[in-house]
Amino acid sequence: MFSTANAVATHSHTPDMTEAEDSAAVVALPPPAVTLVAPSEEVPVRPLARITEVARNLAATILPTLAVLVALLTLWQFACSDPGSSLPGPYKIWVESHDVIMHPLKGVTFHGLLPSVEDGDVGIAVHILTSLKRVAIGFGLAAFCGIALGVLIGQSRLAYRALDPLFQVLRTVPPLAWLPISLAVFQQAQPSAIFLIFITAIWPVVLNTAAGVQAIPPTYRNVGKVLALNPLQFFAKIMLPATVPHMFTGLRIGVGMSWLAIVAAEMVQGGTGIGFFIWDSYNSSLLTDTIVALVWIGLVGFALDRIVGWIGRRVARQA
Amino acid sequence: MKQRSYLALEGISVTFPTPKGPFTALRDIDLSIEKGEFVALIGHSGCGKSTLLNVIAGLTKASRGVVFLDGEVIDRPGPDRAVIFQDHSLLPWLTVEENVRLAVDQTLKGSRAERKDWVRHNLELVHMGHALAKRPAELSGGMKQRVGIARAIAMSPRVLLMDEPFGALDALTRASLQDAVMEIQAKLQNTVVMITHDVDEAVLLADRVVMMTNGPAATIGEDLRIAMPRPRNRIDVAETHDYTHARAEVLHFLHQRFSNPVDQAA
Repeated sequence: MFSTANAVATHSHTPDMTEAEDSAAVVALPPPAVTLVAPSEEVPVRPLARITEVARNLAATILPTLAVLVALLTLWQFACSDPGSSLPGPYKIWVESHDVIMHPLKGVTFHGLLPSVEDGDVGIAVHILTSLKRVAIGFGLAAFCGIALGVLIGQSRLAYRALDPLFQVLRTVPPLAWLPISLAVFQQAQPSAIFLIFITAIWPVVLNTAAGVQAIPPTYRNVGKVLALNPLQFFAKIMLPATVPHMFTGLRIGVGMSWLAIVAAEMVQGGTGIGFFIWDSYNSSLLTDTIVALVWIGLVGFALDRIVGWIGRRVARQA
Repeated sequence: MKQRSYLALEGISVTFPTPKGPFTALRDIDLSIEKGEFVALIGHSGCGKSTLLNVIAGLTKASRGVVFLDGEVIDRPGPDRAVIFQDHSLLPWLTVEENVRLAVDQTLKGSRAERKDWVRHNLELVHMGHALAKRPAELSGGMKQRVGIARAIAMSPRVLLMDEPFGALDALTRASLQDAVMEIQAKLQNTVVMITHDVDEAVLLADRVVMMTNGPAATIGEDLRIAMPRPRNRIDVAETHDYTHARAEVLHFLHQRFSNPVDQAA
């Protein structure tokens, strides 16, 4: 603003350079006057400026992703445009799976706000919801038991020595390897799928919680001792708030892993869920449906990760 | 039988097990502190001052010897011996008020309103009444330590233990906190044990300066009474004979009789 005003002043002054030096001093005065007026003029402009600013930031973050997406889709379309191609291109997916894409809530009727689901052929969102329900139960159990076990091995050196090697071995077992055991023990699809999620998600929760408890600064422990807090008070007032960031790191990894596990579990045991949907569409040679399901899985997994991360930040700020 | 002092350390030795065998940090420490006395413990780093304070706090167990407080044996930490830690140890997720509140809830029975008033009263004492809703991260080092002091005195402890409370602060902040401590001490007449390695701080604040020999197996080397009248003003006091004499005596102990073990090794 100032430099513009200055430039204008100099510019208007250029024609009569022959004038005496003292007039230059007079001409030099206007710029401050302009800057004094400027703020009052700028205030009403600001909201608009902020909106453009936000829009620009948004564009800066979204546009590159969008560009890559368009480029990839185009490349894909060209590579798979041959009618005999084994992988369908984006356009073919849009045409053949139109029903799956556009009617995710098929088979659901709303009575007011209460949905009721019909049996049989249902939309992809219903499968996703079924899977999410399983994840909620399995992951909820894993979070509860994982935090309890993590506190135990973080707090007690004996428990750490006894259990840590065991956990380190168990956590490397892939989810699918648990499936035969899980099926043999529970006999039914629902509980064994939940167990699979539980056993997959619990390890990062346990290990991160334990690391968090071990990382509590000794001075905080001393404060607890000097105040003679009982174990329950110590847990609530010092250990929990001090460990929350570690805990949520574990929970975030855990929720991602349980989403990986659910698909694997449901693929093998039929019935409902997004994993079943994939397996079913593959068996019916509807590869385009499978690809739509992949996109859904990716987006839901991303959302789960963000939600847990967001809750973690909220809790850490509260605690 | 001789009357036991309010706080009495009798034959305290502390030995830590190490991979190279037992390490004796403190040996045969006898110290008697009367009620309302302000005692400064001074010595080179590594001489076991903090260990001795932790023994009184109950955070470290003595290998031999007993600590009596008002005739009772001390064997565990408790809110009757409040500690002001060097790093203030405020819980970062609590506000200033909540930090003090946590301590008050543990020590003061009474209605919610009474406890709340007591928290505020103690924060006023350290001139931090304006920062009730702030979190420790928003405060300067000196202000954090003021809150640390408020938390300790709000517990109405029988003994106030200070572990190098101003060691991490710059000289000017330190001076203002020393003044705050003297002001509070004049009102409350606490029994205080303060660890320091600052000679001026020890002489200015304390009724007695207890000097410790170098470790390992450190013990009490000298016990100097500072007879200067109170209230003490740091500027007026600095020119008195009592002050310069006491200061010289402590300096002599620390730098001639028991000079820094690191310097000796060099």
